Amino acid sequence: MISERTVNIFLFALLPVTVLAAWLLDEPFIITLATKAAILALAGVGLNIALGLGGLVSFGHAAFFGLGGYAMGILASHAQSYAPLMEVPFLIEGTKSMPVIWLVALVTSALAALAIGALSLRTSGVYFIMVTLAFGQMLYYFAISWPAYGGEDGLSIYVRNGFPGLNTLDPVQFFLIAFAVLTVGIFLAWRLARSAFGLALSAARQNAERVETVGLGPYRIRLVAFVISGAMTGLAGALFADLNRFVSPTMFSWHLSGELIVFCILGGVGRLYGPVAGAMLYVLLEHVLGGLSAYWHIYLGLLLLLVVLFARGGLIGLLSGREVAHE
Amino acid sequence: MSFLSLTGITAAYGPSQALFGVDLALEAGEVLALMGRNGMGKSSTIKVICRLLKHSGGTVQFDGRDIGNLPPHKAAQAGLGLVPEGRRCFGPLTVHENLHAAARPGAWDYAAVCDLFPRLGERRDQVAASLSGGEQQMLAIGRALMTNPTLLMLDEATEGLAPVVRQEIWAAVATLKRDTGLALLVVDKSLAELRRVADKAVILERGRTVWSGGIDALDRVVADQFLGV
Repeated sequence: MISERTVNIFLFALLPVTVLAAWLLDEPFIITLATKAAILALAGVGLNIALGLGGLVSFGHAAFFGLGGYAMGILASHAQSYAPLMEVPFLIEGTKSMPVIWLVALVTSALAALAIGALSLRTSGVYFIMVTLAFGQMLYYFAISWPAYGGEDGLSIYVRNGFPGLNTLDPVQFFLIAFAVLTVGIFLAWRLARSAFGLALSAARQNAERVETVGLGPYRIRLVAFVISGAMTGLAGALFADLNRFVSPTMFSWHLSGELIVFCILGGVGRLYGPVAGAMLYVLLEHVLGGLSAYWHIYLGLLLLLVVLFARGGLIGLLSGREVAHE
Repeated sequence: MSFLSLTGITAAYGPSQALFGVDLALEAGEVLALMGRNGMGKSSTIKVICRLLKHSGGTVQFDGRDIGNLPPHKAAQAGLGLVPEGRRCFGPLTVHENLHAAARPGAWDYAAVCDLFPRLGERRDQVAASLSGGEQQMLAIGRALMTNPTLLMLDEATEGLAPVVRQEIWAAVATLKRDTGLALLVVDKSLAELRRVADKAVILERGRTVWSGGIDALDRVVADQFLGV
């Protein structure tokens, strides 16, 4: 068995090493796949804060992913058409600046997570799953019926947004941006898990009543975690939209919420690098098996079954063979 | 007005009434032994004080305020510390994490808890689930102390422990009384040990207070009648 730390270092290095190899071999498509894996991993790391640490099985995280995507799409589309977003009561124009778009995506998805969490966290178990799913689907159908921003067809952005000092059209440079954001996301999740807040969240997952007797309110703790989780997923959505230069209502769909959960389960729920491993495996399977059969999800389903039945610690648990401390 | 005062408390679990009129009063710095045979309402009374069980009648006053409408975490923030029956530590968390998660500003910090229970310091990075029963009990007490309470309630803290470990727990309770001036409400079956640490006692019988007074006044007749010892 390999220590979890070693597995984590390997996983962390795997993406940049892959990109380096692809760059040397002049395979830009592989770089794009690695960038996609990094962005989806960021979304998974966000979900893992709620799911792994807090035990909150959110089936509506696509809502935040989609909001981040649409934050990018709306701002960039207004910037490319030179039409202001609004003029009254004050002028708001579109922008092609990635940092500004990220900030808007973070704030928008955090506010949405606050509203959705405030209501859904009053329930638990299957009801929580259903309420989060309902919110995700509400936003999905809203996006479909919003013709101003493409409706069902979505919204195309012709040129990727800019980042100061970098050429974002270069696949390697865009990968570096996504990977840097993922690194910050992993660091934040690591710090959070070890903070008093993270420990209280983990304790609330185990037994809410016991947490109350030490003076901590589980509802507020979970709500804060849900907001952080949603904001991180929203940021991933903005990056994902930038990667594809396209946003559509499918970013809100429950399929995507399910895929984010699959990343966590495949890699190892509650493990820091679980979603990273899961997202990388998912993108790899999608690319390899998707080229062989249109029904590649069947194999993914089988793999998921095997993990759930025989490797509860996910891919990382299988390699490191150790129960996660906070499981 | 007493530091903690329960007057005419009635409470039920759904249709099943558990408390029919509990009265007790505890002053700051005192140790009160809450006694009674099994199923007489001792743990239910503690749950009412901690707000884990809503009372249907009577009043709960703590530190000069009515805490009857507070949620459990607000009651804990007001200064109520609970060592629950059955230890109930956060099993997957380490000793340090269990203590750190509960920490609130005050005199009790990780070092102070380890001074009281040196074994917890030795087991700092061990997960709570892998500790012995006695160590888990020490951790449960330490966790409650980390909230820096003004009233600490111990519900059957020595239940199921080896005699030598019980002595350690009782020694810690005596230290808390002697050195900290913390008010203590102790539920335990050992009358002999309670006599050593408690100032006064309240006996419950079928959910009612049937006797209260100084621990020295609890004579053999009363003990035979209500405690069956």
